[in-house]
Amino acid sequence: MKRTNELIVALAVMAVIIVVTWGIYAVGDNMPGGVTPFSKDVYQLHNVILAVVTVIGVLVFTAMFTSIIVHRKSKGQEPAKFTHSTAAEITWTAIPVLILVIMAIPATGVLIDMEETGGADINIKVTGYQWLWQYEYLEDEIGFYSTLDRDSNAARQINSGVDVHTVENYLLEVDKRLIVPTDTKIRFLLTSGDVIHSWWVPELGWKRDAIPGMVNEAWTLIEEEGIYRGQCAELCGKDHGFMPIVVEAVSPSEYRQWVADRKAEQAAEAGDEPSEVQQITAADEPAHNADQG
Amino acid sequence: MSYETTLSHDEHHAEHPTGLKRWVFTTNHKEIGTLYLIFSLIAFMLGGAMAMVIRAELFIPGLQLVNPEFFNQMTTMHALVMIFGAVMPAFVGLANWMVPLMIGAPDMALPRMNNWSFWILPFAFFLLLMTLFLPSGGPASGWTLYPPLSLQGGTNIAFVIFAIHLMGISSIMGAINIIVTILNMRAPGMTLLRMPLFVWTWLITGFLLIAVMPVLAGAVTMLLTDRFFGTSFFNAAGGGDPVMYQHIFWFFGHPEVYIMILPAFGIISEILPTFSRKPLFGYTSMVYATASIAFLSFIVWAHHMFTVGMPLGGNLFFMYATMVIAVPTGVKVFNWISTMWRGSMSFETPMLFALGFIVLFTIGGFSGLMLAIVPADFQYHDTYFVVAHFHYVLVTGSVFAIMAGVYYWLPKWTGYMYNEKLGKIHFWWSAISVNVLFFPQHYLGLAGMPRRIPDYAVQFAEFNMISSIGGFAFGLAQLLFIYIIWQAARGGERATDQVWDGARGLEWTVPSPAPLHTFDTPPKVDDSVTVHSDTLA
Amino acid sequence: MAEHYYVPHTAKWPIVGSIGLFVMMLGAGSWLNQAAIGPWFTLAGSVIVLVMIFGWFAQVIGESEQGLYNRAVDGSFRQGMIWFIFSEVMFFAAFFGALFYARMFAVPWLGGEGAGAMTNELLFPEFDAAWPTAGPAQLGGDFQIIPAFELPLLNTLILLTSGLTITLAHWALKKAKRGALVGWMAATVALGSIFLYFQASEYVHAYQDLGLTLGSGIYGSTFFMLTGFHGLHVTLGTIMLIVITLRCMAGHFSKKNHFGFEAVAWYWHFVDVVWLGLFVFVYVI
Repeated sequence: MKRTNELIVALAVMAVIIVVTWGIYAVGDNMPGGVTPFSKDVYQLHNVILAVVTVIGVLVFTAMFTSIIVHRKSKGQEPAKFTHSTAAEITWTAIPVLILVIMAIPATGVLIDMEETGGADINIKVTGYQWLWQYEYLEDEIGFYSTLDRDSNAARQINSGVDVHTVENYLLEVDKRLIVPTDTKIRFLLTSGDVIHSWWVPELGWKRDAIPGMVNEAWTLIEEEGIYRGQCAELCGKDHGFMPIVVEAVSPSEYRQWVADRKAEQAAEAGDEPSEVQQITAADEPAHNADQG
Repeated sequence: MSYETTLSHDEHHAEHPTGLKRWVFTTNHKEIGTLYLIFSLIAFMLGGAMAMVIRAELFIPGLQLVNPEFFNQMTTMHALVMIFGAVMPAFVGLANWMVPLMIGAPDMALPRMNNWSFWILPFAFFLLLMTLFLPSGGPASGWTLYPPLSLQGGTNIAFVIFAIHLMGISSIMGAINIIVTILNMRAPGMTLLRMPLFVWTWLITGFLLIAVMPVLAGAVTMLLTDRFFGTSFFNAAGGGDPVMYQHIFWFFGHPEVYIMILPAFGIISEILPTFSRKPLFGYTSMVYATASIAFLSFIVWAHHMFTVGMPLGGNLFFMYATMVIAVPTGVKVFNWISTMWRGSMSFETPMLFALGFIVLFTIGGFSGLMLAIVPADFQYHDTYFVVAHFHYVLVTGSVFAIMAGVYYWLPKWTGYMYNEKLGKIHFWWSAISVNVLFFPQHYLGLAGMPRRIPDYAVQFAEFNMISSIGGFAFGLAQLLFIYIIWQAARGGERATDQVWDGARGLEWTVPSPAPLHTFDTPPKVDDSVTVHSDTLA
Repeated sequence: MAEHYYVPHTAKWPIVGSIGLFVMMLGAGSWLNQAAIGPWFTLAGSVIVLVMIFGWFAQVIGESEQGLYNRAVDGSFRQGMIWFIFSEVMFFAAFFGALFYARMFAVPWLGGEGAGAMTNELLFPEFDAAWPTAGPAQLGGDFQIIPAFELPLLNTLILLTSGLTITLAHWALKKAKRGALVGWMAATVALGSIFLYFQASEYVHAYQDLGLTLGSGIYGSTFFMLTGFHGLHVTLGTIMLIVITLRCMAGHFSKKNHFGFEAVAWYWHFVDVVWLGLFVFVYVI
């Protein structure tokens, strides 16, 4: 009698929890799948682990709420006397271990893949400064700074009077985008000129810290042309929220054209004054042109 | 003044200084416990007010109320005040009040040092909060004080570091006192495996505190010398490494996380059996699980810093070790549910908070497991997903457990029952608003919103507004909490000695309110008065 | 001996200590920020703390001599002291950790080993990993290190000997041989003082002749912070030894009841062991 009671309540509770959980997933945002082979792997890992914890959660909460509903003093329930069960305790130690091992295997695979930075066709050195990014294409010897665009910068001042909804890509647009080719293995070499920053574009599937005096490596291979936006992810001072990253992936031929144009432009600039890239060489020389807007 | 004669409690009281002197000079564990708890409540309100500033600025995109520097000072101070001012002192206060009562001791082992542990705190926090009024403002580099950013600060950093030193001294002395009390002051018959779980979790927490607070002191001392005395610990040009600070800091920081949750586990393990009217399930495995979590806490620190570019082997080790923590934590949750199973439950406010704890802490545990998966962490790290995660474990975890403990033991402290109806309103209001506050932050993080930013792109606007509304509601609910405590301190329905009909343990054998001096003569303890013993059935 | 656990009803010294620490820290913070008032506040705070320490200990010693403490109180003191020493061990662990991290990871990476290949190539192509080092920028200029098997070795022998003399003093105390006790204690104090004198002259030598300073990159940082904090602990330990010696001369402690003596002896052994770690990892290797 009591067993059936518990079972019926449990099924009802489980149904409610599943509906609620489904609702929670339906209203919210999920991680972007991204546009690189391993951003998709990461997305998959995320979904799998989310599914695993959801199933565990549904089971655990079903048991808990069934008990809350059935085993009440107000329903005249007499307390049982049991205090332990070795079999149960071994089971709920062993099963989680098994689940964790199963989770660890694909996670390890993806991680090993992500650390494989060798064999890149293009090497881009990324240097964080308070509060802008410097990009240097090591093979082609071109480089530039990338900083928050004018419109966003004007709108983000305190009590600027600008409705930020009218600014296109508010806080996620830069003056000069990082142009990269699709279907090409690109290695990023990240460092910083002052404090720790973190370079993050969600569509690429990772972030990596840019640390003064250290160079971190990461790579990507973008499969789709498009514009991908991100932000600095490590607190780096007052304008930490205002140093976005915009990556524009173009076809390899367009990329080669852009490189040629950019080289010509840079050569012209070099005639007048030292190029931007050479201006900042020592790591201890901070750039201040970010907050002049 | 000696213990040789058995004085009545009133006479004891008469010898006590009164007024301010009573509180400044006291050596009594109950009075010091009260001081800690009041201090913690004030810090909770202060830290909460800072959180309100943060949520108000984030209510809509664009900067409206504060400039980015002040915003960063608020996030930094909010964390420091909540961690070192609200949560830790609350647990120390509960330990001061309850540990001697639970093990049948006349007082804490080192009563004078107990006084000192507390009375350092107000001065430490004055030193910390004072920096907000310095010309250069307070610390704005996050509570973790990562160099080089933290070293850019103006005058504040020296005061902040010294304040942390003082808090560390206070915590270490507090922890030594609790450990020594537990190991040296137990009544005859109170064997280690008869101790209530709250005592067990505090024993292990005390060990963690003594082990890691000095490491924090070392880390911030290196910051100090790097800033003022020309050392190069965190400067690559001199052969150091900024990441080294993060390793040392998180060697402290991760055990610190468990310092803030293990006593919460203890409180929940006290409350569930009482209101389920059934002994705790798997007492021994609970003790082992607690010890395992404490051990593991020393070898998982770098999971806070997967994105710093550690070698592959390092990332893998810390991922595996972190995942393993899910096992003992799971054991605890399963044991709690088994304690409830086939019990005879009633749902007074402490039980409601305990049940809320189990559900919401488990959600925080799930997101923790997700964060352990390194490739996925490369996406989650430093986003609002992390903010949501640690607020689930700290607010609906630690803070809910503290509130559960306060409602549970308040009648023992004041002698009056709190207003049950208001208590239930407080619970439901808090439980709903806290989810409105923090759940949408998971979505924000997954959608790409970094943490610690004062302004955000417009696609994050909706969930930020929802979160802020939840935040204001949760803040308001805590004013009700203060009112309920104030009301119960002043009067109401008289509490019986046992207070709760399912309650067992030494603390329920003394009168309510507990007189200033209890167990001057140690009680004899056997299985009949312990709640948890496996041999009970 | 008292039957009940002694719980003092009031404590006046802790609040004095809190105020002293506060004034001291406020002063130190102001001092570091070049405020003229800083040194005076630091001094005033230190004086208050010293008064507190002497007052508090005098009270405890008085109570102990009155026989207010029973075995349980003695046990609490013992355990408290052990945990205090453990916390000190962990404080040193942080600095040893920094030393190991720098030597095993940071410096090799800067020199291009393992994960640091690109760090070295892009940022510090001139730098070769070696120990000792003042880093790629050679901060603090050229320096020489103090050879392990000269003064440091002598200091090691001095501290080890002092560990022996304090044990001999303990034996004398347990056999109630007051004269031998005071003699061995005096020897221990002397050895501690000689150690400190040598340490100080080593620092002078390092700064004046070797170019080795606190600012000499990561080597100077770890060297002076580790040996410096150790030196501070030896200083504290020596002061404690002097107090215990004076108490021995005043007839304090009995064959069975001498926790104060033992606590200081434990502390001294702890300082001794830390030195062995320093000698091996800072000087020799």
